[in-house]
Amino acid sequence: MSSESSYYVPDSSKLPIFMAFGLLLFVLGAGGTINDLGKESSNSYLLLMASFAVIWGVMFVWFSNVISENNQKLYSDQLNRSFVHGMAWFIFSEVMFFFAFFLALGYVRLFAVPWLGGDGEKGITNILWPAFESTWPVMETPDSENFPGAYKNMNIPGISKLHTWLPFWNTLCLVTSSGTIALAESALKKGNRTSFKSWMVVTISLGFIFVFLQGLEYYEAYAHMGLTLGAGIYGTTFFLLTGFHGFHVCLGAIILTIMTIRGFNGAFSEHDHFGLAAGSWYWHFVDVVWILLVLVVYVF
Amino acid sequence: MSAVIEGHHDDHHHHGPAKGISRWLFTTNHKDIGSLYLWFSFIMLFIGGAMAMVIRAELFEPGSQIVSPEFYNQMVTNHGLIMVFGVIMPAFVGFANWLVPMQIGAPDMALPRLNNLSFWILPAAFGVLIATFFMEGGAPNFGWTFYAPLSTEYAPPTVTYFIFAVHIMGASSIMGSINVITTILNMRAPGMTLMKMPLFVWTWLITAYLLIAVMPVLAGAVTMMLMDIHFGTSFFKAGGGGDPVLFQHVFWFFGHPEVYIMILPAFGIVSHIIETFSRKPIFGYESMVYAIASIALLSFVVWAHHMFTVGMPIAGELFFMYSTMLIAIPTGVKVFNWLSTMFKGSLTFETPMLFAIAFVALFTIGGLSGIMLAIAPADFQYHDTYFVVAHFHYVLVPGALFSIIAGVYYWLPKWTGYMYDESMGKTHFWLSFVSVNLTFFPMHFVGLAGMPRRIPDYAMQFADYNMIVSVGAFLFGLSQLLFLYVVLKAIFYGKKATGQVWEGAKGLEWTLDSPPAYHTFETPPNLESGEAKA
Repeated sequence: MSSESSYYVPDSSKLPIFMAFGLLLFVLGAGGTINDLGKESSNSYLLLMASFAVIWGVMFVWFSNVISENNQKLYSDQLNRSFVHGMAWFIFSEVMFFFAFFLALGYVRLFAVPWLGGDGEKGITNILWPAFESTWPVMETPDSENFPGAYKNMNIPGISKLHTWLPFWNTLCLVTSSGTIALAESALKKGNRTSFKSWMVVTISLGFIFVFLQGLEYYEAYAHMGLTLGAGIYGTTFFLLTGFHGFHVCLGAIILTIMTIRGFNGAFSEHDHFGLAAGSWYWHFVDVVWILLVLVVYVF
Repeated sequence: MSAVIEGHHDDHHHHGPAKGISRWLFTTNHKDIGSLYLWFSFIMLFIGGAMAMVIRAELFEPGSQIVSPEFYNQMVTNHGLIMVFGVIMPAFVGFANWLVPMQIGAPDMALPRLNNLSFWILPAAFGVLIATFFMEGGAPNFGWTFYAPLSTEYAPPTVTYFIFAVHIMGASSIMGSINVITTILNMRAPGMTLMKMPLFVWTWLITAYLLIAVMPVLAGAVTMMLMDIHFGTSFFKAGGGGDPVLFQHVFWFFGHPEVYIMILPAFGIVSHIIETFSRKPIFGYESMVYAIASIALLSFVVWAHHMFTVGMPIAGELFFMYSTMLIAIPTGVKVFNWLSTMFKGSLTFETPMLFAIAFVALFTIGGLSGIMLAIAPADFQYHDTYFVVAHFHYVLVPGALFSIIAGVYYWLPKWTGYMYDESMGKTHFWLSFVSVNLTFFPMHFVGLAGMPRRIPDYAMQFADYNMIVSVGAFLFGLSQLLFLYVVLKAIFYGKKATGQVWEGAKGLEWTLDSPPAYHTFETPPNLESGEAKA
């Protein structure tokens, strides 16, 4: 916390334009790599790797600068509130990104699939595939030659077999970790650093266990259930929703790992730990998305 | 506070801009970044405009004229993308950068380095988009709305670059909006309550909220496209259980709020200009704020009026028809407030005021054709015709673009310290006013008569009107070169402007010198006297 009274406006900085350059490399590298998938001679992936190096490098220096400016007590209370606003609105934007995929799932489940099965006032909608019957999950797709549906789905197997169901353990991990990070934060606020560090380690371990279990689930889906990206709309929505969630868990876990390392290096005080607080909000956000996702992807 | 810290603090504040090109590359100053946005937008206006000229040259006469249908599609697509994402949006962000801190008495934007990043992403994204013209398969050719499956199964390979360019463009918009919203909520001078904020700041607060809400949905839409094209998913493929119509729902959930993103800041700019040149405070300030907020909220529940003909249950058609018509109410409130502000005012008609009045009149024409399009059964006739083209060009060209031009004339003396040439400004206005109507008004007639949009050829009976439209378009394009000349002439040879500039101008930015110091309001102004209200 700082006693600085005026708002700190940083000097001109080379970081943003390097970041923009990194993003330019990313667009060229990612576009080239994906367009050249399956081609032997392509080297666009080098551009993609370079873009990651630039982006992560700039982020490292950028965050280091912010931390050292904060340590020099350049940041006023008002500026710290700007960070709070910024993070809150960033999380709102992430909520809306997931909203797009939930919207897609809702639309196919409520409208598109029943219409393909001949439901509703547009009775001719099953004219292309008259044999298609509307069910959810869609195990048999309308065009099963091109989209060979899955032969098993991920739905909840019933309460008695709950322990064999990976999403149950995943939910347990993530919900618990939301609790443990709250404990870590409150320990830090009370100045109990040992307890803070231990709860952080527990939190990130639970996060990585979640990622591992999710990987295991994907392996099962591909190896034993015929559930793939190409398996039709069920596989599509399943993998995109859980996949983007898993990606965000990875990001959250990386953020929290960095915060833990900083914690071990003596960073953060009882009153000044915005990096940790922001990481913790992000983690709670990821948790809330997961609960919604379990309900609409796995249970109902 | 120790003396050492005090010294450090001084290092960071009291200095002017860096020298040479590095000033622009590395800047964290809201005024510099505002200028960058505005110049970027200006350059893109001529690139997007050149594409419009190609389109109008092709349509000058029926039959295949100068470009191939494939290239025509690329022109239509990139004209739309560049004008929406590269001209109108960056121009408004440029205004926000210049004006929001000065109007609320803040030292800068809340997060200055992020601000610079938001800008420099744009040249990268549009550089890639324009580079796709020279790649295998040509540039995107599926319209700015990029409906699946045109943009998935039948798209050129460059669509992958397009998708990632949209991703970083969206990131730029989101970061820019987070900055604006944080600045407005956290950095107002003491005494400036929300209901004392200038209307331009209000419009941007709500615009930024809309942007943060819908740009991620656009990112979701292009991500689904990417997965469908390259990774075998079936979001938009009925054979797998998906639905191409899903694309339209996701796109327009973004797209309709996007339409208001491109007009709300225009409302703010026009409100300031009208009150200045009417020498009266704006009529119905509170109702203006509530109108902006209700337009923004309604914009989330009207999206499917773009899709009346695509096949929707009758309940959906009716819901989206009525919700769309509701928007006419807050919009009407705004138009009547502008008229009431002018009523019995001491009006003068300088160039900004001319453009602002033209905005009110011509935007209203666009609004009224919007109500016609909102009538679901009537839309079955209008859909995909030039009537739609006429409608959205009326709200975007004499709407959004005129407000931007008006705003540039209005604040240019403040920004640069030099007055523009008033008689040339007026010439620019009358040329633009006549040619914009010549361009877009006849489109209503050919549209109602059934001329389809996005087709490089048309039936003989539309030939006369199309020739008039093309002549108008060429004239409008040339008039904007005059605009560039007026701006450059003001900057290099203009007369020195006073701080107040306009007799009737109120607001914090007019209390500063013209041009304002590099850093302004490092200590917040005292507003307890109530001077700050728009």
